[in-house]
Amino acid sequence: MPRLSYRRALTRALADEMTRDESVVVLGEDIRVAAANVTTGLLKRFGPDRVRDTPLSEQAFTSFATGAALAGARPVVEFQIPSLLFLVFEQIVNHAHKFPLMTGGQCAVPVTYLVPGSGSRTGWAGQHSDHPYALFAHVGVTTVVPATPADAYGLLVSAIRCDDPVVVFAPAGALDLRADVSDLTPVPLGRGVVRRPGDDVTVVAVGHLVHDALAVADELADQASVEVFDPRTLYPFDWDGLVESVGRTGRLVVVDDGNRSCGIAGEIVATVVERVRLAAPPRRVTRPDGAVLPFAPALDRAVQPGRDQLAAAIQLTLKDG
Amino acid sequence: MTDSDPVRLYRTVRLIRRFEERAIELVDAGEIVGGIHPYLGQEGVAAGVCAALAADDLVTGTHRGHGHVLAKGADPARMLAELCGRVTGLNRGRGGSMHAADFGVGVLGANAIVGAAGAILTGAVWERRRRGGDIVGATFFGDGAVNEGMLLEAFNLAALWRVPVLFVCENNGWATTMPVAGAVAGTVAGRAAAFGMPAAAVDGQDPEAVREVTAAAVARMRAGGGPELIEAHTYRFDAHHTFEHRVRLDYRPPQEVAAGRSRDPVDIQGARLPPAVRAEVDAAVEAVLAAAVDFALAGPHPDPATALDHLYASGLTARTGGG
Ligand SMILES: Cc1ncc(C[n+]2csc(CCOP(=O)(O)OP(=O)(O)O)c2C)c(N)n1
Ligand SMILES: [Mg+2]
Repeated sequence: MPRLSYRRALTRALADEMTRDESVVVLGEDIRVAAANVTTGLLKRFGPDRVRDTPLSEQAFTSFATGAALAGARPVVEFQIPSLLFLVFEQIVNHAHKFPLMTGGQCAVPVTYLVPGSGSRTGWAGQHSDHPYALFAHVGVTTVVPATPADAYGLLVSAIRCDDPVVVFAPAGALDLRADVSDLTPVPLGRGVVRRPGDDVTVVAVGHLVHDALAVADELADQASVEVFDPRTLYPFDWDGLVESVGRTGRLVVVDDGNRSCGIAGEIVATVVERVRLAAPPRRVTRPDGAVLPFAPALDRAVQPGRDQLAAAIQLTLKDG
Repeated sequence: MTDSDPVRLYRTVRLIRRFEERAIELVDAGEIVGGIHPYLGQEGVAAGVCAALAADDLVTGTHRGHGHVLAKGADPARMLAELCGRVTGLNRGRGGSMHAADFGVGVLGANAIVGAAGAILTGAVWERRRRGGDIVGATFFGDGAVNEGMLLEAFNLAALWRVPVLFVCENNGWATTMPVAGAVAGTVAGRAAAFGMPAAAVDGQDPEAVREVTAAAVARMRAGGGPELIEAHTYRFDAHHTFEHRVRLDYRPPQEVAAGRSRDPVDIQGARLPPAVRAEVDAAVEAVLAAAVDFALAGPHPDPATALDHLYASGLTARTGGG
């Protein structure tokens, strides 16, 4: 079976969709030389009209993509830093997302915003280490956080084909993964997957944390049977899939690399308790409230959800109730 | 230009003028909620610019956007129905005054965020051009927008990539209560020059002058030229927004208002027509608007159960907010 890296999976998704559909174009900073090692080879194959290096004008090129989409394109916009999404939040939320409703259905805005390297990159400190996926779930923009190379491919393909704006967070913590991938296929948006079946507790893990959750589940294997649920898409969330899992296990722990207040973990806990009578209080492991990732590696790690915290939360949940 | 052009231009400014006056009546009558930003006094700009565009050229408007939408060819009846929030409106009652859009006539929307539309239009024109054809675009914005970074970024992008967009600054001297002198360092034309864009100033109260300067720019753009800027000097005759009809804000000297109002684009263009022709156009416009008001008020109100229709083009449905 061929080994595929997460980054090459993204590259393959872009190349396949650009081959399949002339309307797909890619915009971003330093993409012609693939500075983020994602758009590798695309300029040569598809030319500068479809692989456009932009000036450092995030607000303009984000709305440029909106306009191009209104005229029939399917742009993919690559961002070098997750916090650049703060800079273009207005352009995505107030324009791209709102146009279909505000125009009474006269248009679609099929733009994909791709962030290769979201979350901590270790050593890049405060302004390069955010993981703001919950913001987009909050405003109702389709948001995906692929955990594996196969999902990176399949979700990016589905994002590009989607008629609405989609933000694709490719966590820095997953970018260097490689996996045996037999066949590359689109992964439907809004569909989660059970990564590891279990009976005693459901752990919902987002993005790269799926791999931490699997490791913790292995560590605890002699104490408990842990099910790991990877939502893959945070908005729209696969509530039915999760409720099915928690309905069986009766216990819920969420591990989420976002800040605690109004984070996706809070929404997951709230929705599950609305629908499932749990055997024990649910728990969540997140970044702290208002987290700013400090520079020194030990401090950076201290602010991110860790395996020890997750193991402790699982054990508490199993003891309670 | 054909003989009927002056008549057509007059018809457009007169239509916008009377549309706005009828709309203000409907605001006062409570039929238009939220009020409007009247375009009164600035009609010559939208009319002149759009008269020089082709049917499939694209435009974006502003919060003060009724004139842009009407001048590009939207149906006044459906426009008025939109302002009244009816399902028969251009946007099925989902957009209202500040978001009125008619993609069928190339209006990619009025836009309520100052300075935001320029980059959107630049992308749209770029994509249309990539697909072949020689369309151009015109994006309207006020003097307040020239201090918005996103608009200046759009100037750069359009100029850099030679996207044929006409940036039309409607300089009416004020951004709400802020005079240009209190807000704009340098000049509007100077901003164009900084990006290597040709800029022309024009008397925005003279619809023919606006049409001529636009036609020249459009011809250069169709022939392969890059973006250009027009600064149309104009004057807003009425309030920033109809809320000022109730709350008087003291910022424009009465002499300034009187001087501004003395140069009325409807009269300037009307004087170019034989009185009988002008009277005929006036009567026709009255009839169109009478029918538009009837159409607007007869339209059904949207069903609250459909409040989130069209939120997603992909067919996704949102969870509702109830318990
Ligand atoms: C980005 C942004 N800032 C502030 C506002 C609130 N606002 C609406 S219109 C306006 C004044 C705009 O002035 P100008 O661009 O000159 O247009 P005019 O109203 O004179 O037509 C302001 C401040 C807004 N809608 N968008
Ligand atoms: Mg102004």
